[in-house]
Amino acid sequence: MIKLFKVKEKQREIAENANGKAPVKKQSAGELRLHKDISELNLPKTCSISFPNGKDDLMNFEVTIRPDEGYYLGGTFLFSFQVSPIYPHEAPKVKCKTKVYHPNIDLEGNVCLNILREDWKPVLNINTIIYGLFHLFTQPNYEDPLNHDAAAVLRDNPKLFESNVRRAMAGGYVGQTFFTRCM
Amino acid sequence: MADAAPPSKSRDLDKLLLRPGNLVGPSFEPGVQLRDDLQEYAKVLVVGAGGLGCELLKDLALSGFKNLEVIDMDRIEVTNLNRQFLFRLEDVGKPKAEVAAKRVMERVSGVNIVPHFCRIEDKDIEFYSDFNIIALGLDSIEARSYINAVACSFLEYDSDDNPREETMKPMVDGGTEGFKGHARVIVPGVTPCFECTIWLFPPQVKFPLCTLAETPRNAAHCIEYAHLIKWDEVHSGKAFDPDNPDHMKWVYDEAVKRAELFGIQGVTYSLTQGVVKNIIPAIASTNAIISAACALETLKIASGCSKTLSNYLTYNGVEGLHTKVTEFVKDKDCLVCGPGVLVELDTTVTLQKFIDMLEEHPKLLMSKASITYRGKNLYMQAPPVLEEMTRSNLSLPLYDLMDKVPKDILHVTGTINKDNKKSSGLRKLRVIFKGIDGVTDMDMAGGA
Repeated sequence: MIKLFKVKEKQREIAENANGKAPVKKQSAGELRLHKDISELNLPKTCSISFPNGKDDLMNFEVTIRPDEGYYLGGTFLFSFQVSPIYPHEAPKVKCKTKVYHPNIDLEGNVCLNILREDWKPVLNINTIIYGLFHLFTQPNYEDPLNHDAAAVLRDNPKLFESNVRRAMAGGYVGQTFFTRCM
Repeated sequence: MADAAPPSKSRDLDKLLLRPGNLVGPSFEPGVQLRDDLQEYAKVLVVGAGGLGCELLKDLALSGFKNLEVIDMDRIEVTNLNRQFLFRLEDVGKPKAEVAAKRVMERVSGVNIVPHFCRIEDKDIEFYSDFNIIALGLDSIEARSYINAVACSFLEYDSDDNPREETMKPMVDGGTEGFKGHARVIVPGVTPCFECTIWLFPPQVKFPLCTLAETPRNAAHCIEYAHLIKWDEVHSGKAFDPDNPDHMKWVYDEAVKRAELFGIQGVTYSLTQGVVKNIIPAIASTNAIISAACALETLKIASGCSKTLSNYLTYNGVEGLHTKVTEFVKDKDCLVCGPGVLVELDTTVTLQKFIDMLEEHPKLLMSKASITYRGKNLYMQAPPVLEEMTRSNLSLPLYDLMDKVPKDILHVTGTINKDNKKSSGLRKLRVIFKGIDGVTDMDMAGGA
C-alpha cells in the first residue's frame, strides 16, 4: 500500500476541511439490528412498550405486561430492558421493576427465563423475549425456581399460591415480605 | 539497488524493502524511498497496551516504524506483570499506555510513541482518520466492533459500488486465549470486516439463574450466585463495581459460604475475579506468536514487500500444534462495510415520498420502511408510541432531516417483496442529493 503515503496527504486535507464540525454519532451494528426488531414489534394487547429516553434511544426501554388470564390476571408488571452494542450477539439485560410473588422472578427483579441467558441465540429478538416474559405470567413454573418459597407453594398447594399472588398484587404481606400494590 | 543504499540501521529490513521480488504485494516499489517513507509517513495506532499491545509496540518499533501511538484505558495491575513485559512492579497503578510508550522509546532509538490513556470511544473520528493502519490487541468483542465501525466509516464506494482504495483503513487484529490465538487482516471493502464474521465468536457462557439459585454444581456457579443474585439482595440499588477490591472480596466471601453449604470445592479469590470479570487465561508466548504475526502483516500492508495473510490465521497449541489460514468471505450486504444501495434524490423529496420510492426501487422493493439516520429515528412503523413520535417527520424534506448533508448513509428496515416472497430486511443506503456542489469530492465519513 505504497499509495498510503499520498492518501495520508489527502486525509490531512480532509481533516483540515473537517475542522469545526460536530463529532458524528455512529450507530453500532447492534443499534441497527435493534432498530429492526423494534420497528417490527408485534405485541399482544396485554403488552406495551415505552422509551423513557425518547425516540432516539432504543437501547434502553421498558415493557409493561398486564396478564389477561391465569394467577396474575389484573396485575401490571414493569420490565426494564438494557441492550448492548453487540446485540444480538449478547442477550438484553432484563429486570422486573415491579416486586412480584413469582417462582421464576426473585424479589430483586432477576428473571429466570432460559432465552435471556443460557439459551439466547442471535436469531431470537425482542418480540420473542416479550412473549417469553408474558408466558411466565400465564405459566409460572416451579421447576426452575428463583423464588424458592413461591415455587414450593405453587407445587404443593396451588390454591394457597393463588391466594398469595392475590394478596401480593393487592398490596400486602406474604410471609415476611411486603409487596406494593400492582393492580 | 541494495548496493547503492547508504548503510542503514535497518540492514536486515533493507533486504526486504530495497530489493525487487516475485512474491511481493501488488503495489510494491522497492527502494530507499520506500524505506524512508515507511519511517517518515506510516503512522500506526496500537489499540490496547496489554499482553498483545506490549508485544505489538515492541515488534512494530523493531520493524522500523517510527510513528506509533497507543491507546488503552487501563492501569497496570500486579497480575499483568507475568506477561506484560514492559511493566515493572513500581509501575503498578500507572496507565498502561504511558508506561508502555516510555519503555519502548527508551529501548528503541528513533521511535516516537504517543500514549493515550483513555477509552477508545473518547476519541473523535478525526483521531482515527490520522492513522494508516490500526493494530488491535484487544480482549473484547465490543471494543473490536467499535474500532471496526470507525475504520469502516472512512470507506467510500464509487458509483459502480467498487471500494475506493484511498479510503481504506486496514486493521490487523490479534486475539489469544490460553494456548489458542488468531491473527487476521481486515481491509474494509476487500476482506470481510469484523461484523461480517461476528458469528465466529462463540457465545459467552451464561449459567441459568435458577441453577445458580437452586442447584449450584461447581465453583463458578457459587461465584455467579454471589455476584448476580446475592449482591442485589444485600446491596439493594448499589451497583457492583468489578474494579473495586472491596466489592470483589465481598463476592468472594459469599461464594465461599455458598460453596461450603453445597460441599463444593475450588472457590478462590483469583477464580472469583476470573469469573466475574470474564478474564480469559493469557500465556506470554501465545501473545508473542500472535503479535509477531500481526506486526509482520502490518509491515507487509504498509510496504507491500510481501503478500498479506488472506485473511484469518488460527493458531491452536492445545493438543500438539495446529495452525490454519482461512479465507473468509465478505457479507455483501454487511451493514458496516458493504456499499449499501445507492439512491439519488432531489433535495425537495419528503420523507413520505422517499418511503414510497423504496417500494419501487428495483434493488430494494421494500415496503413499510422505517428509517434511521445516524442514531436519529426519522420514522418508525411500529410500535405505535414511536410511530406517533416520528409521524410529523413524514411531511418534511429528507434533505432537511439529514441536516442538509449532500451525501450520507441511511439505514432502512421493512418488508422486502422479492419474487412474490415477503421477508423482513435491514438495508444500508447511500443517499446522494442531486444538484449540490462538490458532492463527489466530499468525505462520506465526515458528512461535510
